Amino acid sequence: MAYSDKVLDHYSNPRNVGSMDKNATDVGTGLVGAPECGDVMKLQIKVNPETNVIEDAKFKTFGCGSAIASSSLATEWVKGKTIDEALEIKNTDIVKELALPPVKIHCSVLAEDAIRAAIGDWKKKQGAEVQQPVEAKAGD
Amino acid sequence: MSTQVSGNGNHTKSGIKLPIYMDYHATTPVDPRVLEAMLPYFTDKFGNAASRNHAFGWAAEEGVETARAQIAKLIGASPKEIIFTSGATESDNLAIKGVAEMYREKGNHIITAVTEHKAVLDTCKRLEKYGYRVTYLPVMKDGLIDLDDLKRAMDDKTILVTIMAANNEIGVLQPVEEIGKLCRERGVIFHTDAVQAVGKVPFDVNKQNVDIASISGHKIYGPKGVGALYVRRKNPRVQISAQIDGGGHERGMRSGTLNVPGIVGLGAACQICNEDMASDTKRLSELRDRLKDRLFAGLDEVYINGSMEHRLPHNLNISFAYVEGESLLMGINDVAVSSGSACTSATLEPSYVLKALGTGDDLAHSSIRFGLGRFNTQEEVDYVADKLVDVVTRLRELSPLYEMAKEGVDLSKVKWAAEPAGH
Repeated sequence: MAYSDKVLDHYSNPRNVGSMDKNATDVGTGLVGAPECGDVMKLQIKVNPETNVIEDAKFKTFGCGSAIASSSLATEWVKGKTIDEALEIKNTDIVKELALPPVKIHCSVLAEDAIRAAIGDWKKKQGAEVQQPVEAKAGD
Repeated sequence: MSTQVSGNGNHTKSGIKLPIYMDYHATTPVDPRVLEAMLPYFTDKFGNAASRNHAFGWAAEEGVETARAQIAKLIGASPKEIIFTSGATESDNLAIKGVAEMYREKGNHIITAVTEHKAVLDTCKRLEKYGYRVTYLPVMKDGLIDLDDLKRAMDDKTILVTIMAANNEIGVLQPVEEIGKLCRERGVIFHTDAVQAVGKVPFDVNKQNVDIASISGHKIYGPKGVGALYVRRKNPRVQISAQIDGGGHERGMRSGTLNVPGIVGLGAACQICNEDMASDTKRLSELRDRLKDRLFAGLDEVYINGSMEHRLPHNLNISFAYVEGESLLMGINDVAVSSGSACTSATLEPSYVLKALGTGDDLAHSSIRFGLGRFNTQEEVDYVADKLVDVVTRLRELSPLYEMAKEGVDLSKVKWAAEPAGH
Protein backbone atom coordinates (compact mmCIF):
# COMPACT_ATOMS: atom_id res chain seq x y z
CA MET A 1 0.00 0.00 0.00
CA ALA A 2 1.51 3.31 -1.02
CA TYR A 3 1.02 6.32 1.24
CA SER A 4 0.57 9.74 -0.33
CA ASP A 5 3.13 12.38 0.52
CA LYS A 6 0.50 14.31 2.43
CA VAL A 7 -0.33 11.33 4.65
CA LEU A 8 3.36 10.82 5.33
CA ASP A 9 3.74 14.52 6.13
CA HIS A 10 0.87 14.52 8.62
CA TYR A 11 2.22 11.35 10.17
CA SER A 12 5.72 12.76 10.63
CA ASN A 13 4.58 16.28 11.51
CA PRO A 14 1.10 15.99 12.95
CA ARG A 15 -0.60 19.31 13.51
CA ASN A 16 -2.31 20.29 16.75
CA VAL A 17 -1.59 17.21 18.85
CA GLY A 18 -2.73 17.60 22.41
CA SER A 19 -5.61 18.03 24.80
CA MET A 20 -7.88 20.77 26.06
CA ASP A 21 -9.76 20.91 29.33
CA LYS A 22 -12.87 18.91 28.47
CA ASN A 23 -14.78 20.55 31.31
CA ALA A 24 -14.38 24.07 29.98
CA THR A 25 -17.63 25.50 28.63
CA ASP A 26 -16.03 26.75 25.44
CA VAL A 27 -14.54 23.34 24.61
CA GLY A 28 -16.26 20.62 22.63
CA THR A 29 -14.90 17.07 22.75
CA GLY A 30 -15.61 14.31 20.26
CA LEU A 31 -14.42 10.76 20.97
CA VAL A 32 -15.28 8.32 18.18
CA GLY A 33 -14.30 4.85 17.07
CA ALA A 34 -13.40 1.84 19.20
CA PRO A 35 -10.16 0.06 20.14
CA GLU A 36 -11.53 -3.24 18.76
CA CYS A 37 -11.81 -1.61 15.35
CA GLY A 38 -8.27 -0.30 15.53
CA ASP A 39 -9.38 3.34 15.24
CA VAL A 40 -10.09 5.84 18.02
CA MET A 41 -10.07 9.60 17.45
CA LYS A 42 -10.41 12.34 20.02
CA LEU A 43 -10.96 15.78 18.52
CA GLN A 44 -11.45 18.89 20.59
CA ILE A 45 -12.44 22.41 19.58
CA LYS A 46 -12.31 25.71 21.43
CA VAL A 47 -15.09 27.99 20.26
CA ASN A 48 -15.43 31.73 20.70
CA PRO A 49 -18.91 32.05 22.22
CA GLU A 50 -19.59 35.41 20.60
CA THR A 51 -18.52 34.69 17.06
CA ASN A 52 -18.99 30.90 17.01
CA VAL A 53 -15.57 30.67 15.42
CA ILE A 54 -13.41 27.68 16.22
CA GLU A 55 -10.29 29.34 17.56
CA ASP A 56 -8.30 26.27 18.39
CA ALA A 57 -8.44 22.53 17.80
CA LYS A 58 -6.51 19.57 19.16
CA PHE A 59 -6.52 15.88 18.40
CA LYS A 60 -5.23 12.50 19.56
CA THR A 61 -5.63 9.34 17.51
CA PHE A 62 -5.07 5.63 17.96
CA GLY A 63 -5.01 4.26 14.43
CA CYS A 64 -3.08 3.77 11.22
CA GLY A 65 -1.19 6.46 9.33
CA SER A 66 -4.28 7.40 7.31
CA ALA A 67 -6.35 7.78 10.47
CA ILE A 68 -3.72 10.01 12.07
CA ALA A 69 -3.46 12.09 8.93
CA SER A 70 -7.25 12.41 8.58
CA SER A 71 -7.70 13.69 12.11
CA SER A 72 -4.64 15.95 11.92
CA LEU A 73 -6.04 17.47 8.74
CA ALA A 74 -9.44 17.84 10.39
CA THR A 75 -7.98 20.01 13.15
CA GLU A 76 -6.22 22.15 10.53
CA TRP A 77 -9.42 22.66 8.57
CA VAL A 78 -11.76 23.49 11.44
CA LYS A 79 -9.49 26.16 12.86
CA GLY A 80 -10.77 29.58 11.88
CA LYS A 81 -14.11 28.27 10.64
CA THR A 82 -17.45 28.94 12.22
CA ILE A 83 -19.37 26.02 13.66
CA ASP A 84 -21.67 25.95 10.65
CA GLU A 85 -18.76 26.09 8.23
CA ALA A 86 -17.05 23.23 10.03
CA LEU A 87 -20.20 21.12 9.74
CA GLU A 88 -19.86 21.36 5.97
CA ILE A 89 -16.59 19.45 5.95
CA LYS A 90 -17.19 16.14 4.21
CA ASN A 91 -15.14 12.98 4.46
CA THR A 92 -14.82 12.99 0.68
CA ASP A 93 -12.88 16.28 0.94
CA ILE A 94 -10.44 14.55 3.27
CA VAL A 95 -10.13 11.56 0.92
CA LYS A 96 -9.31 13.89 -1.96
CA GLU A 97 -6.82 16.00 -0.04
CA LEU A 98 -4.92 13.01 1.32
CA ALA A 99 -5.40 10.78 -1.73
CA LEU A 100 -6.69 7.96 0.46
CA PRO A 101 -7.12 4.59 -1.22
CA PRO A 102 -10.56 2.89 -1.04
CA VAL A 103 -9.52 0.64 1.86
CA LYS A 104 -8.77 3.75 3.97
CA ILE A 105 -11.89 5.77 3.24
CA HIS A 106 -13.35 4.75 6.60
CA CYS A 107 -10.59 6.77 8.29
CA SER A 108 -11.91 9.94 6.68
CA VAL A 109 -15.46 9.05 7.73
CA LEU A 110 -14.30 8.71 11.30
CA ALA A 111 -12.61 12.11 11.14
CA GLU A 112 -15.81 13.70 9.88
CA ASP A 113 -17.68 11.97 12.73
CA ALA A 114 -15.12 13.31 15.20
CA ILE A 115 -15.72 16.89 14.02
CA ARG A 116 -19.47 16.47 14.35
CA ALA A 117 -19.15 14.85 17.75
CA ALA A 118 -16.98 17.69 19.03
CA ILE A 119 -19.42 20.29 17.72
CA GLY A 120 -22.35 18.35 19.17
CA ASP A 121 -20.68 18.24 22.57
CA TRP A 122 -19.99 22.00 22.49
CA LYS A 123 -23.55 22.76 21.44
CA LYS A 124 -24.87 20.64 24.27
CA LYS A 125 -22.85 22.68 26.71
CA GLN A 126 -24.35 25.86 25.25
CA GLY A 127 -27.76 24.44 26.16
CA ALA A 128 -28.98 23.94 22.65
CA GLU A 129 -31.20 20.98 21.99
CA VAL A 130 -29.57 19.22 19.08
CA GLN A 131 -29.55 15.80 17.49
CA GLN A 132 -26.58 14.11 19.10
CA PRO A 133 -24.19 12.24 16.87
CA VAL A 134 -23.25 9.05 18.72
CA GLU A 135 -20.11 9.49 20.80
CA ALA A 136 -18.30 7.66 23.54
CA LYS A 137 -18.58 8.47 27.20
CA ALA A 138 -15.58 7.73 29.36
CA GLY A 139 -15.33 6.62 32.94
CA ASP A 140 -18.97 5.97 33.81
CA MET B 1 0.49 -8.54 6.80
CA SER B 2 3.70 -7.20 5.27
CA THR B 3 5.05 -3.74 5.64
CA GLN B 4 5.66 -0.71 3.49
CA VAL B 5 9.45 -0.53 3.54
CA SER B 6 11.39 2.27 1.96
CA GLY B 7 15.03 3.16 1.73
CA ASN B 8 16.99 1.53 -1.05
CA GLY B 9 20.48 0.55 -0.05
CA ASN B 10 21.04 3.43 2.33
CA HIS B 11 23.35 2.99 5.27
CA THR B 12 23.06 4.27 8.77
CA LYS B 13 25.94 6.07 10.45
CA SER B 14 27.12 2.83 12.05
CA GLY B 15 27.23 1.15 8.65
CA ILE B 16 24.02 -0.89 8.94
CA LYS B 17 22.54 -1.52 5.55
CA LEU B 18 18.96 -0.33 5.20
CA PRO B 19 16.29 -1.50 4.91
CA ILE B 20 16.68 -4.17 7.62
CA TYR B 21 14.86 -7.46 7.13
CA MET B 22 13.33 -9.06 10.20
CA ASP B 23 10.42 -10.90 8.60
CA TYR B 24 12.07 -14.31 8.20
CA HIS B 25 8.77 -16.10 8.95
CA ALA B 26 7.30 -14.65 5.78
CA THR B 27 10.21 -15.72 3.60
CA THR B 28 13.99 -15.94 3.57
CA PRO B 29 16.66 -14.97 1.07
CA VAL B 30 18.29 -17.88 -0.74
CA ASP B 31 21.57 -18.68 0.99
CA PRO B 32 24.50 -18.05 -1.40
CA ARG B 33 25.63 -21.64 -0.86
CA VAL B 34 22.17 -22.88 -1.91
CA LEU B 35 22.20 -20.72 -5.04
CA GLU B 36 25.59 -22.09 -5.98
CA ALA B 37 24.33 -25.65 -5.66
CA MET B 38 21.28 -24.89 -7.83
CA LEU B 39 22.86 -23.04 -10.76
CA PRO B 40 24.31 -25.95 -12.74
CA TYR B 41 20.83 -27.51 -12.90
CA PHE B 42 19.45 -24.60 -14.92
CA THR B 43 21.87 -24.76 -17.79
CA ASP B 44 24.28 -27.72 -17.73
CA LYS B 45 22.45 -30.47 -15.88
CA PHE B 46 19.09 -29.39 -17.24
CA GLY B 47 17.68 -32.83 -18.00
CA ASN B 48 14.31 -34.13 -16.92
CA ALA B 49 14.90 -36.33 -13.86
CA ALA B 50 12.41 -38.83 -15.30
CA SER B 51 14.40 -39.30 -18.53
CA ARG B 52 15.77 -42.70 -17.72
CA ASN B 53 17.66 -43.35 -20.90
CA HIS B 54 20.35 -40.74 -21.17
CA ALA B 55 23.00 -38.93 -19.20
CA PHE B 56 21.07 -35.68 -19.05
CA GLY B 57 18.27 -37.41 -17.18
CA TRP B 58 20.66 -39.36 -14.97
CA ALA B 59 22.52 -36.19 -13.92
CA ALA B 60 19.25 -34.52 -12.97
CA GLU B 61 18.07 -37.62 -11.17
CA GLU B 62 21.30 -37.73 -9.19
CA GLY B 63 20.76 -34.17 -8.04
CA VAL B 64 17.24 -35.03 -6.97
CA GLU B 65 18.23 -38.14 -5.07
CA THR B 66 21.01 -36.30 -3.28
CA ALA B 67 18.46 -33.72 -2.18
CA ARG B 68 16.06 -36.40 -1.04
CA ALA B 69 18.74 -37.82 1.22
CA GLN B 70 19.67 -34.38 2.58
CA ILE B 71 16.07 -33.65 3.53
CA ALA B 72 15.54 -37.09 5.01
CA LYS B 73 18.66 -36.69 7.14
CA LEU B 74 17.43 -33.40 8.59
CA ILE B 75 14.22 -34.97 9.86
CA GLY B 76 15.37 -38.50 10.71
CA ALA B 77 13.53 -40.17 7.83
CA SER B 78 14.43 -42.49 4.97
CA PRO B 79 14.89 -40.87 1.52
CA LYS B 80 12.11 -43.14 0.20
CA GLU B 81 9.71 -41.29 2.48
CA ILE B 82 10.30 -37.85 0.93
CA ILE B 83 8.24 -36.62 -2.01
CA PHE B 84 8.54 -33.25 -3.71
CA THR B 85 5.84 -30.64 -4.22
CA SER B 86 5.55 -27.02 -5.31
CA GLY B 87 5.62 -25.81 -1.72
CA ALA B 88 4.18 -26.33 1.72
CA THR B 89 0.70 -25.19 0.74
CA GLU B 90 0.56 -28.02 -1.76
CA SER B 91 2.12 -30.39 0.79
CA ASP B 92 -0.57 -29.51 3.34
CA ASN B 93 -3.30 -29.98 0.75
CA LEU B 94 -1.84 -33.30 -0.38
CA ALA B 95 -1.43 -34.58 3.16
CA ILE B 96 -4.91 -33.70 4.38
CA LYS B 97 -6.91 -34.42 1.24
CA GLY B 98 -4.73 -37.43 0.49
CA VAL B 99 -5.45 -39.05 3.86
CA ALA B 100 -9.12 -38.04 3.85
CA GLU B 101 -9.67 -39.70 0.50
CA MET B 102 -7.61 -42.81 1.19
CA TYR B 103 -9.17 -43.57 4.56
CA ARG B 104 -12.76 -42.57 3.78
CA GLU B 105 -14.02 -46.07 4.54
CA LYS B 106 -12.40 -45.98 7.94
CA GLY B 107 -13.82 -42.66 9.05
CA ASN B 108 -14.57 -39.04 8.23
CA HIS B 109 -13.41 -37.09 11.28
CA ILE B 110 -10.40 -34.78 11.24
CA ILE B 111 -8.95 -32.85 14.17
CA THR B 112 -6.94 -29.66 13.81
CA ALA B 113 -6.38 -26.44 15.78
CA VAL B 114 -7.68 -22.89 15.38
CA THR B 115 -4.19 -21.43 15.05
CA GLU B 116 -3.17 -23.45 11.98
CA HIS B 117 -1.94 -21.86 8.77
CA LYS B 118 -4.64 -21.10 6.22
CA ALA B 119 -3.27 -23.86 3.99
CA VAL B 120 -4.52 -26.30 6.62
CA LEU B 121 -7.65 -24.45 7.74
CA ASP B 122 -8.97 -23.73 4.25
CA THR B 123 -8.30 -27.32 3.19
CA CYS B 124 -10.28 -28.55 6.19
CA LYS B 125 -13.10 -26.15 5.34
CA ARG B 126 -13.26 -27.61 1.84
CA LEU B 127 -13.41 -31.15 3.24
CA GLU B 128 -16.30 -30.10 5.48
CA LYS B 129 -18.18 -29.22 2.31
CA TYR B 130 -17.52 -32.76 1.08
CA GLY B 131 -19.09 -34.19 4.23
CA TYR B 132 -16.10 -34.60 6.53
CA ARG B 133 -16.42 -33.56 10.17
CA VAL B 134 -13.66 -31.29 11.45
CA THR B 135 -12.91 -30.40 15.06
CA TYR B 136 -10.96 -27.16 15.52
CA LEU B 137 -9.25 -27.39 18.91
CA PRO B 138 -8.92 -24.14 20.85
CA VAL B 139 -5.60 -23.06 22.30
CA MET B 140 -4.73 -21.88 25.77
CA LYS B 141 -3.53 -18.38 26.54
CA ASP B 142 0.05 -19.39 25.84
CA GLY B 143 -0.90 -20.70 22.41
CA LEU B 144 -0.57 -24.42 23.11
CA ILE B 145 -3.34 -26.97 22.64
CA ASP B 146 -4.59 -28.85 25.67
CA LEU B 147 -3.77 -32.53 25.23
CA ASP B 148 -6.88 -33.47 27.18
CA ASP B 149 -8.98 -31.57 24.63
CA LEU B 150 -7.35 -33.64 21.91
CA LYS B 151 -7.95 -36.88 23.79
CA ARG B 152 -11.62 -36.05 24.27
CA ALA B 153 -12.07 -35.04 20.65
CA MET B 154 -10.81 -38.31 19.21
CA ASP B 155 -13.46 -40.90 18.40
CA ASP B 156 -13.71 -44.08 16.35
CA LYS B 157 -14.26 -42.11 13.14
CA THR B 158 -11.14 -40.00 13.55
CA ILE B 159 -8.71 -40.64 10.71
CA LEU B 160 -6.37 -37.66 10.92
CA VAL B 161 -4.95 -35.17 13.38
CA THR B 162 -3.19 -32.23 11.76
CA ILE B 163 -1.39 -29.81 14.09
CA MET B 164 1.56 -27.60 13.22
CA ALA B 165 4.90 -28.03 14.93
CA ALA B 166 5.66 -24.30 15.16
CA ASN B 167 3.31 -21.38 14.57
CA ASN B 168 4.26 -18.84 11.93
CA GLU B 169 2.85 -15.82 13.80
CA ILE B 170 3.69 -16.40 17.45
CA GLY B 171 6.44 -19.00 17.06
CA VAL B 172 4.84 -21.28 19.63
CA LEU B 173 5.91 -24.94 19.60
CA GLN B 174 3.13 -27.50 20.01
CA PRO B 175 3.81 -30.71 21.99
CA VAL B 176 4.38 -32.73 18.84
CA GLU B 177 5.87 -35.79 20.54
CA GLU B 178 2.91 -36.15 22.93
CA ILE B 179 0.38 -35.52 20.17
CA GLY B 180 2.09 -38.17 18.06
CA LYS B 181 2.10 -40.64 20.92
CA LEU B 182 -1.62 -40.15 21.49
CA CYS B 183 -2.35 -40.66 17.81
CA ARG B 184 -0.17 -43.77 17.65
CA GLU B 185 -2.06 -45.26 20.60
CA ARG B 186 -5.42 -44.63 18.91
CA GLY B 187 -4.35 -45.65 15.42
CA VAL B 188 -4.91 -42.14 14.03
CA ILE B 189 -2.63 -40.63 11.41
CA PHE B 190 -0.71 -37.56 12.58
CA HIS B 191 0.26 -34.87 10.10
CA THR B 192 2.21 -31.83 11.13
CA ASP B 193 2.86 -28.66 9.16
CA ALA B 194 6.53 -28.46 10.10
CA VAL B 195 7.35 -25.50 7.87
CA GLN B 196 8.56 -23.13 10.59
CA ALA B 197 10.19 -25.85 12.71
CA VAL B 198 12.30 -27.85 10.28
CA GLY B 199 15.87 -26.63 10.20
CA LYS B 200 15.29 -24.29 13.14
CA VAL B 201 14.66 -26.67 16.04
CA PRO B 202 15.42 -30.41 16.29
CA PHE B 203 12.74 -32.35 14.43
CA ASP B 204 12.77 -36.14 14.24
CA VAL B 205 9.83 -38.00 12.75
CA ASN B 206 10.52 -41.15 14.77
CA LYS B 207 11.31 -39.57 18.14
CA GLN B 208 8.27 -37.33 17.72
CA ASN B 209 5.88 -39.96 16.38
CA VAL B 210 5.10 -38.05 13.20
CA ASP B 211 3.44 -39.80 10.25
CA ILE B 212 3.31 -37.01 7.67
CA ALA B 213 5.14 -33.65 7.64
CA SER B 214 5.11 -30.60 5.34
CA ILE B 215 8.30 -28.75 4.50
CA SER B 216 8.86 -25.46 2.64
CA GLY B 217 11.92 -24.37 0.70
CA HIS B 218 11.63 -20.64 0.99
CA LYS B 219 11.39 -20.61 4.79
CA ILE B 220 14.80 -22.21 5.26
CA TYR B 221 16.98 -20.14 2.91
CA GLY B 222 15.97 -22.21 -0.11
CA PRO B 223 14.08 -21.07 -3.21
CA LYS B 224 10.38 -20.36 -3.52
CA GLY B 225 8.17 -22.75 -5.46
CA VAL B 226 9.42 -25.99 -3.95
CA GLY B 227 8.53 -28.01 -0.90
CA ALA B 228 8.43 -31.59 0.34
CA LEU B 229 6.15 -33.99 2.10
CA TYR B 230 7.38 -36.71 4.42
CA VAL B 231 5.11 -39.79 4.26
CA ARG B 232 5.84 -42.65 6.66
CA ARG B 233 6.43 -46.06 5.17
CA LYS B 234 6.93 -48.17 8.29
CA ASN B 235 5.44 -48.51 11.72
CA PRO B 236 2.82 -47.79 10.49
CA ARG B 237 2.72 -47.58 6.74
CA VAL B 238 0.76 -44.50 5.69
CA GLN B 239 -0.85 -44.08 2.29
CA ILE B 240 -2.22 -40.98 0.64
CA SER B 241 -4.30 -40.48 -2.51
CA ALA B 242 -2.58 -38.35 -5.12
CA GLN B 243 -4.21 -34.99 -5.76
CA ILE B 244 -2.40 -34.33 -9.02
CA ASP B 245 -2.53 -37.01 -11.72
CA GLY B 246 -0.41 -37.47 -14.81
CA GLY B 247 2.46 -39.90 -15.06
CA GLY B 248 2.67 -41.26 -11.54
CA HIS B 249 5.85 -39.52 -10.41
CA GLU B 250 6.98 -39.65 -6.77
CA ARG B 251 5.75 -43.20 -6.20
CA GLY B 252 2.38 -42.30 -7.65
CA MET B 253 1.78 -39.69 -4.99
CA ARG B 254 2.53 -36.56 -6.98
CA SER B 255 2.71 -36.39 -10.75
CA GLY B 256 4.57 -33.76 -12.66
CA THR B 257 8.08 -33.14 -13.90
CA LEU B 258 10.30 -32.41 -10.95
CA ASN B 259 11.56 -28.87 -10.36
CA VAL B 260 15.13 -30.11 -10.32
CA PRO B 261 16.95 -26.84 -9.55
CA GLY B 262 14.42 -26.05 -6.84
CA ILE B 263 14.75 -29.50 -5.35
CA VAL B 264 18.53 -29.32 -5.38
CA GLY B 265 18.19 -25.98 -3.61
CA LEU B 266 15.83 -27.41 -1.01
CA GLY B 267 18.28 -30.24 -0.36
CA ALA B 268 21.23 -27.92 0.00
CA ALA B 269 19.22 -25.68 2.32
CA CYS B 270 18.40 -28.65 4.54
CA GLN B 271 22.03 -29.75 4.58
CA ILE B 272 23.14 -26.28 5.68
CA CYS B 273 20.45 -26.13 8.37
CA ASN B 274 21.60 -29.48 9.67
CA GLU B 275 25.19 -28.24 9.94
CA ASP B 276 24.42 -24.76 11.24
CA MET B 277 21.38 -25.36 13.44
CA ALA B 278 23.11 -25.43 16.81
CA SER B 279 25.18 -22.31 16.23
CA ASP B 280 22.37 -20.43 14.44
CA THR B 281 19.96 -21.25 17.25
CA LYS B 282 22.30 -20.01 19.96
CA ARG B 283 23.10 -16.79 18.14
CA LEU B 284 19.52 -16.04 17.15
CA SER B 285 17.97 -16.73 20.52
CA GLU B 286 20.52 -14.38 22.07
CA LEU B 287 19.65 -11.71 19.51
CA ARG B 288 15.95 -12.26 20.06
CA ASP B 289 16.33 -11.96 23.81
CA ARG B 290 18.45 -8.85 23.37
CA LEU B 291 15.69 -7.27 21.26
CA LYS B 292 13.08 -8.22 23.82
CA ASP B 293 15.08 -6.94 26.78
CA ARG B 294 15.87 -3.64 25.10
CA LEU B 295 12.20 -3.06 24.29
CA PHE B 296 11.09 -3.92 27.81
CA ALA B 297 13.76 -1.64 29.24
CA GLY B 298 12.66 1.31 27.11
CA LEU B 299 8.87 1.00 27.38
CA ASP B 300 6.05 0.09 29.72
CA GLU B 301 2.86 -1.83 28.83
CA VAL B 302 4.53 -4.16 26.38
CA TYR B 303 3.22 -7.73 26.13
CA ILE B 304 4.56 -10.90 24.58
CA ASN B 305 2.00 -12.94 22.67
CA GLY B 306 2.34 -16.70 23.23
CA SER B 307 4.53 -18.88 25.40
CA MET B 308 8.14 -17.77 25.75
CA GLU B 309 9.09 -21.21 27.03
CA HIS B 310 7.79 -23.23 24.07
CA ARG B 311 8.82 -20.96 21.28
CA LEU B 312 11.05 -20.77 18.22
CA PRO B 313 14.36 -19.23 19.23
CA HIS B 314 14.17 -16.48 16.60
CA ASN B 315 10.55 -15.34 16.99
CA LEU B 316 9.18 -12.42 18.95
CA ASN B 317 5.53 -11.40 18.74
CA ILE B 318 4.88 -8.40 20.90
CA SER B 319 2.05 -5.93 21.51
CA PHE B 320 2.60 -2.28 22.37
CA ALA B 321 -0.51 -1.15 24.19
CA TYR B 322 -2.28 2.01 23.05
CA VAL B 323 -0.45 2.19 19.73
CA GLU B 324 -1.82 0.79 16.49
CA GLY B 325 0.33 -1.61 14.47
CA GLU B 326 0.25 -0.02 11.04
CA SER B 327 1.17 3.42 12.37
CA LEU B 328 4.05 1.69 14.20
CA LEU B 329 5.25 0.10 10.99
CA MET B 330 5.14 3.49 9.27
CA GLY B 331 7.45 4.83 11.93
CA ILE B 332 10.01 2.07 11.41
CA ASN B 333 9.69 2.12 7.65
CA ASP B 334 13.30 1.09 7.16
CA VAL B 335 12.63 -2.20 8.97
CA ALA B 336 10.68 -5.09 7.47
CA VAL B 337 8.46 -6.85 10.00
CA SER B 338 4.76 -7.63 10.08
CA SER B 339 1.80 -6.83 12.29
CA GLY B 340 -1.36 -8.53 13.53
CA SER B 341 -3.29 -5.30 12.97
CA ALA B 342 -6.39 -5.35 10.85
CA CYS B 343 -5.14 -2.33 8.94
CA THR B 344 -2.24 -4.37 7.58
CA SER B 345 -4.28 -7.29 6.33
CA ALA B 346 -6.03 -7.40 3.00
CA THR B 347 -9.32 -8.31 4.65
CA LEU B 348 -9.19 -5.71 7.48
CA GLU B 349 -9.50 -8.59 9.98
CA PRO B 350 -7.07 -8.64 12.91
CA SER B 351 -4.88 -11.71 13.36
CA TYR B 352 -7.00 -14.80 14.06
CA VAL B 353 -4.06 -16.41 15.83
CA LEU B 354 -3.83 -13.59 18.37
CA LYS B 355 -7.57 -13.68 18.76
CA ALA B 356 -7.40 -17.38 19.54
CA LEU B 357 -5.01 -16.61 22.40
CA GLY B 358 -7.70 -14.47 23.95
CA THR B 359 -5.72 -11.32 23.20
CA GLY B 360 -8.14 -8.41 23.00
CA ASP B 361 -8.65 -6.89 19.56
CA ASP B 362 -6.95 -3.71 20.67
CA LEU B 363 -3.74 -5.56 21.59
CA ALA B 364 -3.98 -7.59 18.38
CA HIS B 365 -4.05 -4.28 16.51
CA SER B 366 -0.93 -3.23 18.42
CA SER B 367 1.16 -6.29 17.67
CA ILE B 368 4.41 -6.63 15.75
CA ARG B 369 5.94 -9.93 14.65
CA PHE B 370 9.73 -10.16 14.44
CA GLY B 371 11.25 -13.17 12.71
CA LEU B 372 15.02 -12.96 13.07
CA GLY B 373 17.25 -14.88 10.71
CA ARG B 374 20.64 -16.02 9.61
CA PHE B 375 21.74 -12.64 8.26
CA ASN B 376 20.65 -10.38 11.13
CA THR B 377 23.31 -8.75 13.30
CA GLN B 378 23.50 -7.34 16.79
CA GLU B 379 23.87 -3.84 15.39
CA GLU B 380 20.63 -4.28 13.50
CA VAL B 381 18.83 -5.49 16.62
CA ASP B 382 20.06 -2.49 18.63
CA TYR B 383 19.09 -0.06 15.88
CA VAL B 384 15.60 -1.55 15.55
CA ALA B 385 14.99 -1.71 19.30
CA ASP B 386 16.03 1.90 19.85
CA LYS B 387 14.03 3.15 16.89
CA LEU B 388 10.96 1.25 18.00
CA VAL B 389 11.18 2.68 21.52
CA ASP B 390 11.27 6.18 19.99
CA VAL B 391 8.34 5.52 17.66
CA VAL B 392 6.15 3.92 20.33
CA THR B 393 6.88 6.78 22.71
CA ARG B 394 5.98 9.32 20.04
CA LEU B 395 2.80 7.53 19.02
CA ARG B 396 1.71 7.23 22.64
CA GLU B 397 1.88 11.01 22.86
CA LEU B 398 -0.63 10.99 20.00
CA SER B 399 -2.81 8.29 21.54
CA PRO B 400 -6.09 9.12 23.29
CA LEU B 401 -6.05 5.61 24.78
CA TYR B 402 -2.68 6.14 26.43
CA GLU B 403 -3.90 9.44 27.78
CA MET B 404 -7.04 7.86 29.21
CA ALA B 405 -5.09 4.96 30.72
CA LYS B 406 -2.66 7.37 32.39
CA GLU B 407 -5.61 9.26 33.84
CA GLY B 408 -6.71 6.04 35.46
CA VAL B 409 -9.63 5.32 33.13
CA ASP B 410 -10.47 1.61 32.85
CA LEU B 411 -10.62 1.30 29.07
CA SER B 412 -12.53 -1.96 29.28
CA LYS B 413 -15.41 -0.11 30.95
CA VAL B 414 -15.69 2.67 28.40
CA LYS B 415 -18.79 2.72 26.24
CA TRP B 416 -17.29 3.32 22.83
CA ALA B 417 -19.22 4.90 20.01
CA ALA B 418 -21.29 2.60 17.86
CA GLU B 419 -19.74 1.64 14.54
CA PRO B 420 -19.48 4.81 12.50
CA ALA B 421 -21.01 4.77 9.04
CA GLY B 422 -18.73 3.32 6.42
CA HIS B 423 -17.24 0.48 8.52
